Amino acid sequence: MNFKISFAIQSTFNMSNSNHNLNDLAHIRQLMERSTKFVSLSGLSGVFAGTYALLGAFGVWFFINVVGITRCIGEDGVAMKLFGLKFQEFCFVDALLVLFLSLSTSFWLSYRKAKKSGDSIWNSLTKRVFINMMVPLTTGGIFCLLLIYHGQSIFIAPATLIFYGLALVNVSKYTYNDIFQLGIIEILIGLLAMFFLANGLLFWTIGFGLMHIIYGIGMYFKYERKQA
Amino acid sequence: MKIDIDNLNKAFENRIRLGIMSVLMVNDKVDFNTMKELLNLTDGNLASHITGLEKQGYIAINKQFVGKKPNTTFEATLDGKTAFKAHLDALEKLIKG
Repeated sequence: MNFKISFAIQSTFNMSNSNHNLNDLAHIRQLMERSTKFVSLSGLSGVFAGTYALLGAFGVWFFINVVGITRCIGEDGVAMKLFGLKFQEFCFVDALLVLFLSLSTSFWLSYRKAKKSGDSIWNSLTKRVFINMMVPLTTGGIFCLLLIYHGQSIFIAPATLIFYGLALVNVSKYTYNDIFQLGIIEILIGLLAMFFLANGLLFWTIGFGLMHIIYGIGMYFKYERKQA
Repeated sequence: MKIDIDNLNKAFENRIRLGIMSVLMVNDKVDFNTMKELLNLTDGNLASHITGLEKQGYIAINKQFVGKKPNTTFEATLDGKTAFKAHLDALEKLIKG
């Protein structure tokens, strides 16, 4: 092996040898990236998560604006009649459902993409991604529960956006750079929502709905379409 | 055209060893199974190349127990990192001509 390379270099440094070195470099780059970057994330996850968020937000919006907030609240409110839940509880369950559906869809899509490219879904890298994502997210989740506990549910929309943004920024070093941008955007939207407190639902819809769909589509075309 | 062949390190000419070093350059510690999967190797195949690199002093092997399971992790030594960088520089020079 060594002899072959030395010989080729000494003689004419021919094409095939140059190709061999180029291949080596490509191989190195690919391994470095594959071992440090979680690339099984699918852009479609974003599109699905965004859609769930839009539907969830629409549900809440529908009750507030179409049914009317006064008819929703209270022991004999619409939410109570339909689901047996207080309106606030309905919003909470609705948000949890969005979160659960988003996470399970993105796990499923990542699993599929990883299987297709022959990567394992549960390795030291995905463990690191998971932990780095979960620390800010769980903190945010508990923080929101405490907000409810103290009767400050108006701060939930900004808080979820900000903590989610921080989670994305934190995890972005292990995955596509787009996730960093998305994280920053979510944080900014969260801060805006904190300023315009009355429009929490609108900012929540933009942050979790619209932004996910935009970035999801963008990432899908950037990383998946050209490989397919 | 004078090319610095001496800088092309023999230890890294093998594809698998090149791969092992690449992974260890960007990860502090990598365990046996992760490495095996990344490089698509069998146990024996990986072990033999790991031993080779360890003999050169380019990587360090840590064996410990996680619960009852033995867990082997690898990391690149300072020597290994320096040598690999020199190898990459040499490769780059060769390609640029």
